Amino acid sequence: MFPELNNLLNTTPDGPEQGKLTLLCDAKTDGSFLMHHFLSFYLKANCKVCFVALIQSFSHYNIVGQKLGVSLTAARERRQLVFLEGLKSAVDIFFRPQEEPHPLQFLREANTRNLQPLYEFVREALKPTDEEEAAWRCPVLLVDDLSVLLSLGVGAVAVLDFIHYCRATVCWERKGNIVALVHDSGDAEDEENDILLNGLSHQSHLILRAEGLATGFCKDVHGQLKILWRRPSQPTAPRDRSLTYQYKIQDKSVSFFAKGMSPAVL
Amino acid sequence: MTPSEGVGRGVESVLEMLESLLALGGMVLLRDSVEWEGRSLLKALIKKSALYGEQVHVLGCEVSEEEFREGFDSSINSRLVYHDLFRDPLNWSKTGEALPGGPLEALRALCGRTDPGPITVALDSLSWLLLHLPCTTLCQALHALSRQDPCPGKQVRVLGLLHEELHGPGPVRTLSSLAQAEVTLSGAMGQASAHILYRRPRQHPTHQTQWFSILPDFSLDLQGGPLLEPQPQPDPHTPPVDPTNHLTFNLRLSKKEREAKDSLALPFQFSSEKQQALLRPGPGQATSHIFYEPDTYDDLDQEDPDDDLDV
Repeated sequence: MFPELNNLLNTTPDGPEQGKLTLLCDAKTDGSFLMHHFLSFYLKANCKVCFVALIQSFSHYNIVGQKLGVSLTAARERRQLVFLEGLKSAVDIFFRPQEEPHPLQFLREANTRNLQPLYEFVREALKPTDEEEAAWRCPVLLVDDLSVLLSLGVGAVAVLDFIHYCRATVCWERKGNIVALVHDSGDAEDEENDILLNGLSHQSHLILRAEGLATGFCKDVHGQLKILWRRPSQPTAPRDRSLTYQYKIQDKSVSFFAKGMSPAVL
Repeated sequence: MTPSEGVGRGVESVLEMLESLLALGGMVLLRDSVEWEGRSLLKALIKKSALYGEQVHVLGCEVSEEEFREGFDSSINSRLVYHDLFRDPLNWSKTGEALPGGPLEALRALCGRTDPGPITVALDSLSWLLLHLPCTTLCQALHALSRQDPCPGKQVRVLGLLHEELHGPGPVRTLSSLAQAEVTLSGAMGQASAHILYRRPRQHPTHQTQWFSILPDFSLDLQGGPLLEPQPQPDPHTPPVDPTNHLTFNLRLSKKEREAKDSLALPFQFSSEKQQALLRPGPGQATSHIFYEPDTYDDLDQEDPDDDLDV
C-alpha cells in the first residue's frame, strides 16, 4: 500500500471503512497501481479478501505485492486470500465436464445472459465460517478488471447486475467492501463501457480516476489522480468532495503532489 | 430589496418549489448525474408528501432499505412502504424472498392497489427499471400508474429518479414526455441547482431555475446562487492613458516622406538600367581574383570529367 495515498484518502489499515464500493477507473494511462495498493492495503488490514483477477497471473500480483510488503502466497495459505486466477481457470473450463458449475461459466455459453456463477463463487469465498469469524476483520472483494468482461461478450447490464448482487451481499449483508477497476475508453464509441462506468459511478462511494496528462507523457509526472467522495454515510458530512493530485510511480511507492508542484519542476 | 425581504421571498420560493412540484400530480422526473446526485432531492420530495399525510410507496432497486430510510424520522418512516428490489431483484437466490414476478409485477401491483387515499410512488430508480425492462413496457406501466382515477381521493403521484448518462436520448425523451414536471440537477462551484420544466395542462411549458441545498433532515434550503467574484471597479481618479504618446516609430507619413517612399525602386524589380549595371562591371568595381595555393597531394587535372559523357 502507498502511505501517501492513505493520507489523501484519510484511511488506515487499522480501521478501514466498511460497506463501501470503491470504483477505480483509468483513462489514457494504467491505473493498476491503484489495484495493487488496495490489495496490499486490505491484506495488511487483516480483512478476508476475494480477488477476481482476470488480467494478470498470480505471480504478477505476488511480485508487486512483495515490493509493497505483503506475500500473497502466505495469505493464500493461511486462507486470508481467495484468488481466482482468470487466465488459468479460463483454460480449465474447457477440460471439465459441463455440468460442474464454474465461476467463468459464461465463457462456455453461447448467450451470456448473466454472471450468476461468478457471484456464487464470490459468495462462497466470502461466506463466514465459525473459526474464521474472529480472525478476519471484514470481507473484501477486488475485481481486476470489469472492462475485460465486456470484451468477453458479457453485456454491460449483466456486469452491473453482478456488482449489484455483490454489493447486496458483500457491502450490505456482510458490511464488507468492494473495489473494482473499469477502464475508460475516453471516446464516445464504446457505449457498453460508458453504461458500465456511469452505472458503477452512481453506485460508488468513492471514485479514484487516474488520467494521463493532457499534454502527453512526462518523465517526472506520470499522471493525475482525481478523487471523488460520493454518498457520505452521515448526512451531516459535506456532500461530494473532490480533489485532484498528480503522481509519480516509483519502484516501491507512489508519490503524490498538488498540481504543478512536482519536485522536478520546483 | 432588503435582505429580510429577500429571505421572506426565499422562504416562499422554497415552499413553492416543492409544493409546486407535488401539486401538479402525475409524474415528476428527476434527472441527475454522477456529479450532482438526485436521491437527496427525491427523499426531500418524499418527506414533503409524507408530511401531507400521504402514504409513500418506494420501489427501491439501488439502495438497501436501511440506507433509504436513513435521515427520516419515525413519523415519516411509518408512512413509507419500501418494496425491496435491492436484495434479490432477479431471484438468483431462489429462496422465495424476492418479490414475485420481479420488477414489472411489483410496478403493476402498485397500479392495482385498492386501498383508498392519495399515494405517492417513488421509483428509485427509473434507470434500473429502464435497463431491465423494455422501454415500451415501462412507459405503459408508468402511464397506467400516473393516470389513475380522476377523482381526487385516489390520485397517484409518481416520482422517478433517472440517471441521465446511462441512457440514449430516445428513452430519456420518452420518459420526459410522460412527466408533468421535469427537474434537471446540475450546479456550479459546489452549489446544486435544479432546472425545472413544468408542463401544466392547457398552458405553455414554463421554466424555472432554483439554487438549493439539502439539509441533513431532507428539508430544502434555498440558496441565492454561487458566490461570484466581486467585479473590479475601474478607478475613477486615474486618467485614461493615450497609447499613441511617446512612440519610437511613426504612425503617419508626411507628404515628402510618402513621395520618397513611392519613388523607391524595390530590390527585386528588374528594370533595364539594373540589367545593364549588372552586365557591365562599372569603373569602381574590381573584378575578383581567386588565389589558389595547391597542396602537395592535390590532383590538378585540367580535364573535364564529364567530357566522355555522351549527352
